[in-house]
Amino acid sequence: MTGPIIDARSVNKIYGSGPARVQALKDVSLTLDGGKLTVLMGPSGSGKTTLLSILGCMLAPTSGNVEVCGVSTNGARPEELARIRRQHIGFVFQSYHLFPTLTVTENVLLALDVRGDHGPKGIAKAKEVVASVGLASKMGSFPRELSGGEQQRVAIARAIVAEPSAILADEPTASLDATNGQATMAILSAIARERERAVLVVTHDPRLFGFADRILYIEDGSLTREETADSKADPMRTVVDRDRMENVARTKFPAGSILDQGRS
Amino acid sequence: MSLVFTLASRNLFQDRPRFVASLIGIVFSVVLVMVQIGLYFGFGRMVTTMIDHASTDIWVISSGAKCFEDLSVLNTGIRNRLLEVDGVAEATPVVVGFSAWMLPDGAMTPVFLVGSEFNGGGISPWNVVEGTVQSLAESGTVGVDRSYYDRLRVSRVGEAAQIRGMDVTVGVITDGIRSFTTTPYVFTNIADARSYIGLPASFTSHFLVRVKPGTDIERTRQAILSHVAGIQALTPDQFSDQSRSFWLFGTGAGAALFAGALLSVIVGTAIVAQTLYSSTKEHLYEFATMRAIGASNGYIYKVIIWQALLNAFIGFGLAALIGVAVVHFTAKSALQIVITPGLMIELFVLTVVMCIISAVAAIVRVVRVDPVIVLAQ
Repeated sequence: MTGPIIDARSVNKIYGSGPARVQALKDVSLTLDGGKLTVLMGPSGSGKTTLLSILGCMLAPTSGNVEVCGVSTNGARPEELARIRRQHIGFVFQSYHLFPTLTVTENVLLALDVRGDHGPKGIAKAKEVVASVGLASKMGSFPRELSGGEQQRVAIARAIVAEPSAILADEPTASLDATNGQATMAILSAIARERERAVLVVTHDPRLFGFADRILYIEDGSLTREETADSKADPMRTVVDRDRMENVARTKFPAGSILDQGRS
Repeated sequence: MSLVFTLASRNLFQDRPRFVASLIGIVFSVVLVMVQIGLYFGFGRMVTTMIDHASTDIWVISSGAKCFEDLSVLNTGIRNRLLEVDGVAEATPVVVGFSAWMLPDGAMTPVFLVGSEFNGGGISPWNVVEGTVQSLAESGTVGVDRSYYDRLRVSRVGEAAQIRGMDVTVGVITDGIRSFTTTPYVFTNIADARSYIGLPASFTSHFLVRVKPGTDIERTRQAILSHVAGIQALTPDQFSDQSRSFWLFGTGAGAALFAGALLSVIVGTAIVAQTLYSSTKEHLYEFATMRAIGASNGYIYKVIIWQALLNAFIGFGLAALIGVAVVHFTAKSALQIVITPGLMIELFVLTVVMCIISAVAAIVRVVRVDPVIVLAQ
């Protein structure tokens, strides 16, 4: 599609009232475009999760407007927001949130099933995506039988299997060691670049900036700074080399995985 | 197999102690309802057993009589009035009443006499296993049921006893003619019955009216009512309904059975609801994740409803097995538990409805879950 996948304009979010009133977001405007991995960085309590919730249509802003793939979410009822999430957005969570009683393939299939896309085609698609994140040998395993990194890859597979336009990841590397964290970011980066998805990653970890096409800084509910691949304002960003990091990450994947797609 | 069903069943079976507790609740509830309703059916069948086995088109009973065992009496002169009614072919008197059966040791036990003429229009004993019905026409001959051998201290045709001081001989043995009052039925001819009860010859308990072939029974019944005062004229179905209504609801016995059944349903529903609710709470993050990835309310409800239905199917299956065993073991008891195929189907529907109602609390909880909690964790 042309134009931004997610377009947020003058978004404000206020929790509570009176003395308990807290303004979590202040006049935030941003767009997320396909093919780009955006990192949202900020200290605890800065409004990252609130912004992610609003962009992900889980939370309604107090004022302002959010459009997802050209559809305004203003005044949408919960079922309508669920439909937008189902059709356009994939989520990756810090704690994976896999279903412990479902196998790897079933966990991924769930994202298709909620869309009504079940049957042999759905199962084949789920298996294909599980293989693409390097877990072909673990399709029948249950989450408890997987490492943290593997569980996060299942969560990513679940987020992308329905081919949403946007992937929103909430601290996806926070529960992982450095290598698995980089592997996770490498996958998300590849999804953005190879599949033309808009990927937003909320993180505290500046070591992951190398994967970003764009970095947004949020503080006290306001976006305070933006960097793109062309700007070298932050010295932290220049010390990280994406190719080197992807090579490290590739050690976690067999040949033919998502990291190899589009590189020939 | 659908993923919803897979998820529902695995979530349900994952916590086996809770699942077993839920099943116990359902089985307990369904078996209790089954027994209560089965007793109601058995009781209902037992209180109308004489009416069901009488050979008649219309029952004529005293205006105040409620049931077959009612001791109200009619004047025998009514018979002639009945025969005057257009369409009436025969009016056979039946005498019923209590008397005392003397045991060999001189002790007395109450019996309920059923005296009739045996011209084909009265009440004859059925399920005869020894002797002949015709023998009851002989004076001093009675028919008893084998289930009362111990009570009456007789066990075969030809044995002697006394009723109200008069010698009697067992001429007929039947099987399965039980009285819900536990007082044994004793069949005899109408003249002897009057003697044993102490009823003058000018009185009778009921008349069994046969209509002429091709006659409209309802029209004849109405004609009897307008021609004879101080009586009730009822079809067998009407008399059965009236008797059941009197014994089951006039005495409060039926209400007690229904109250027991209702309580069982409430207890079962509460147990299943508690199980489903706690299971849902335990899997709250999974439901929140489902909402986050865009699952509709309907999709999430399906998971919970499937859990409820699995509870219902498995619970009912176990309860049905227990119910069949209960029926088998009570078949020879004083009060049978009657479970018909129709009752089984109704109980299955009740179980399903009960489990789905139980899911309401869990569904309400899930509806309130905010998908944002999966980001906050």
